[in-house]
Amino acid sequence: MYSRAYQRLVSIPPLLWVSVFLLIPYASLFCISFWQVRSQQIVHEWTLHNYAQLIHNPVYLEVLGRSARIAASVTILALLLGVPLAYFVCMRAGRFQNLLYQLVIIPLWVSYLVRAYAWKTILGGNGVLNTLLIHVGILHQPASFFLYSPFAVILTLTHIYTPFVFLPTYASMAHIPKALVEASSDLGASPVRSFWTLIFPLSLPGIVAGATFAFVLSLGDFIAPLLIGGPNGIMISNIVVSLFGAAYDWPLGSAISLCILILVVVLISTTESIEKRLQLGGAR
Amino acid sequence: MSPLLTIAGINKSFGSTKVLQDVSLDIENGEFLTILGESGSGKTTLLRIIAGFENADSGSLTMQGSPLDSQPANRRNVNTVFQHYALFPHLTVFENIAYGLRAKRIAAAEIKTRVEAALAQMRMSEMAARRPAQLSGGQQQRIALARALVNRPALLLLDEPLSALDASLRVHMQGELKALQRETGITFVFVTHDQEEAITLSDRIAVLRNGGLEQIDTPRELYNRPRTAYVAAFIGKANLLPNGMAVRPENVQVVVPGSAPVGSTSQSWIGTVKRIVFAGASDLIEVDCSDGLVISARVPSGGSYPPIVQLLVAAEHLISLS
Repeated sequence: MYSRAYQRLVSIPPLLWVSVFLLIPYASLFCISFWQVRSQQIVHEWTLHNYAQLIHNPVYLEVLGRSARIAASVTILALLLGVPLAYFVCMRAGRFQNLLYQLVIIPLWVSYLVRAYAWKTILGGNGVLNTLLIHVGILHQPASFFLYSPFAVILTLTHIYTPFVFLPTYASMAHIPKALVEASSDLGASPVRSFWTLIFPLSLPGIVAGATFAFVLSLGDFIAPLLIGGPNGIMISNIVVSLFGAAYDWPLGSAISLCILILVVVLISTTESIEKRLQLGGAR
Repeated sequence: MSPLLTIAGINKSFGSTKVLQDVSLDIENGEFLTILGESGSGKTTLLRIIAGFENADSGSLTMQGSPLDSQPANRRNVNTVFQHYALFPHLTVFENIAYGLRAKRIAAAEIKTRVEAALAQMRMSEMAARRPAQLSGGQQQRIALARALVNRPALLLLDEPLSALDASLRVHMQGELKALQRETGITFVFVTHDQEEAITLSDRIAVLRNGGLEQIDTPRELYNRPRTAYVAAFIGKANLLPNGMAVRPENVQVVVPGSAPVGSTSQSWIGTVKRIVFAGASDLIEVDCSDGLVISARVPSGGSYPPIVQLLVAAEHLISLS
C-alpha cells in the first residue's frame, strides 16, 4: 500500500491536466453560450437568445442536418470498404496479410492536411481525374462539379476515415479463434455463410467502434469542407470556426458547439453500451 | 465390403519439416479407429487433411469410391469434434447444435426435432438456452459431440477430445463415447497420444511415429504381436532383448537359480534383483542381467526373492521385431 500523501501527490498531475484542458474549457464554453455580443463586445448578461437563434434561423439546423447526412454517408461507405477489407486481410490474404495491413496503415502516417489536399489536386479543374477523362475521350472540357461539392467532401472523408473502421474491425476479427472458423466450415457453412453467421457477429463490437469513429470524426470535420467542400459542402464546424473568427460571435459559436458536444456524447454512450452488450453476448 | 475411406500415399511438409510420410490406410465402415502417436507424430495433421483444413502435398483420399481431396471442408460428409470443442460463443447450445443443419437448409421443424433428440441423447435438454461459457468442460464436450453427430456424418473425426477433461470425467466420457459409437453406427476416427485410451476404445489402432505409419492392427494384435520395438514399448510395457526380440513382463518367470524346469523354456538369464516396484495387483521386479540388460518381470504382489534370481521365458512368448 502506498501512503496517503503519496497517493495525493501522484493524483495532482492528472487532476491538473483534466482541469486545465477539459473542465475549465467546457465550463467556459457553457457560460459563454448564455452570454451575448453587443457592439463587438461580449457582455456577461445571461440570455437564451443564442439557443433561440439556433432554432429559429434555418441555416444552422440545415447545415447541421447536412453535416449529419455527410457523416452518415461517410460512415456507411467506410463500413462498406473497411469491413470487407478487414475480413480479406485478416482471413483470406495468407502470406500477404502483414504487407496489406501495413499498406492500410501507412496513409495514417501522412498528415491529414496532405491527404485532403491531394484530393483537391485529383478532383480539380486541371486535376488528375479531369485530365484522365479528357485523355480517354469521355469528357471534352474539364468538369467543375467534382470539386467543391458534398460529393467531394464525402469522398475525401471516406478515404481518410476508412482505416478508422478497418483497424478496430481487424482487431476484432483477429481475436476470433481459427478453430471456430474451421468448425463453421466443418459443419457445412460456405465462406459467405461463415462470414454472416460467425465472423460478422463476433466482430460487431469492433465494427460498431469503427462506425462511431467515422461518424463522430467526420461530423466535426472542417478541413475537408474548407478545402474542397465549396459553398454547398459547408459543414457545421465551418460555421463554428467562422463564428469564433471573422464573425466574432463566441456566444452563438459556443451554443452550437455545446449542442454538437451533447449530440456526440449521447451517440458515443449509446454505441458504447451496444458494444458492451455485444461483448457480453459474445463472451457468455 | 469396400472401405469407407481409403488414404493412399499421403505426404505433407510444413516448410522443410516432413510431417507425414507416405501414409496409407483404409478406414472400414462402422469401425472405431484410433490414430495413436506422440506429439509431433503428425496425427493431428492427418486428421486435418481428412477434414479438409489442410491439403496433402501428394497422395489421395477416396471416400466411398469418389475422390474426397477435391472437395472443400464444407462439402465433405465428415464432421469434427475439436480438441477445445470450438463451440460458437455467441450462440446458444440449441443454435450451436442446429448450425450444421441450418447450413444444409433443412426445414425448421426437422431441425427442431433433430436438435432436441440430440440434446436428449446427451441428457442436456435443460441446457438448450444456455451459452457455451455457462457450461462445464464435460457439458461442452457433449455439446461438441452433439453438434457433430446431429449431421449424421459418414465419418466423425475426434481430435484428442478428452485431453482437456480431468481424469475421472475422462474415463466416464470414454465409456460414453464408445456407447455412442455403437448406438449410432457412425465410423469414428479418434486421435490421441494416450495408449491406454486407445486400447480401451478402439476396434483398430494406427500407430504413427515421426509422420510414418508404424503398425495398424487391433489392440490385442498390437499388444501381442508388435512389429517394431517402438510399438512394443509404446503399447504397454516391454523388455527389448539384444537379439531383436521382445517379451512382456508378465511372460517372464522368476525362479531361484538352478531350479529351472527344462523343456519349453527358450531363453534364460541370471541376474541380481535391482528393485521391486509395487504396481497394485502385482509387483514389477527389475533384474539386472549382464551387459547392462535390465529385464522387468510381473510377479504376484508381496512375494520375496533371493538377491540373485533366474529368469525364464517360454518360446511362444518371445516376440520377434523387425
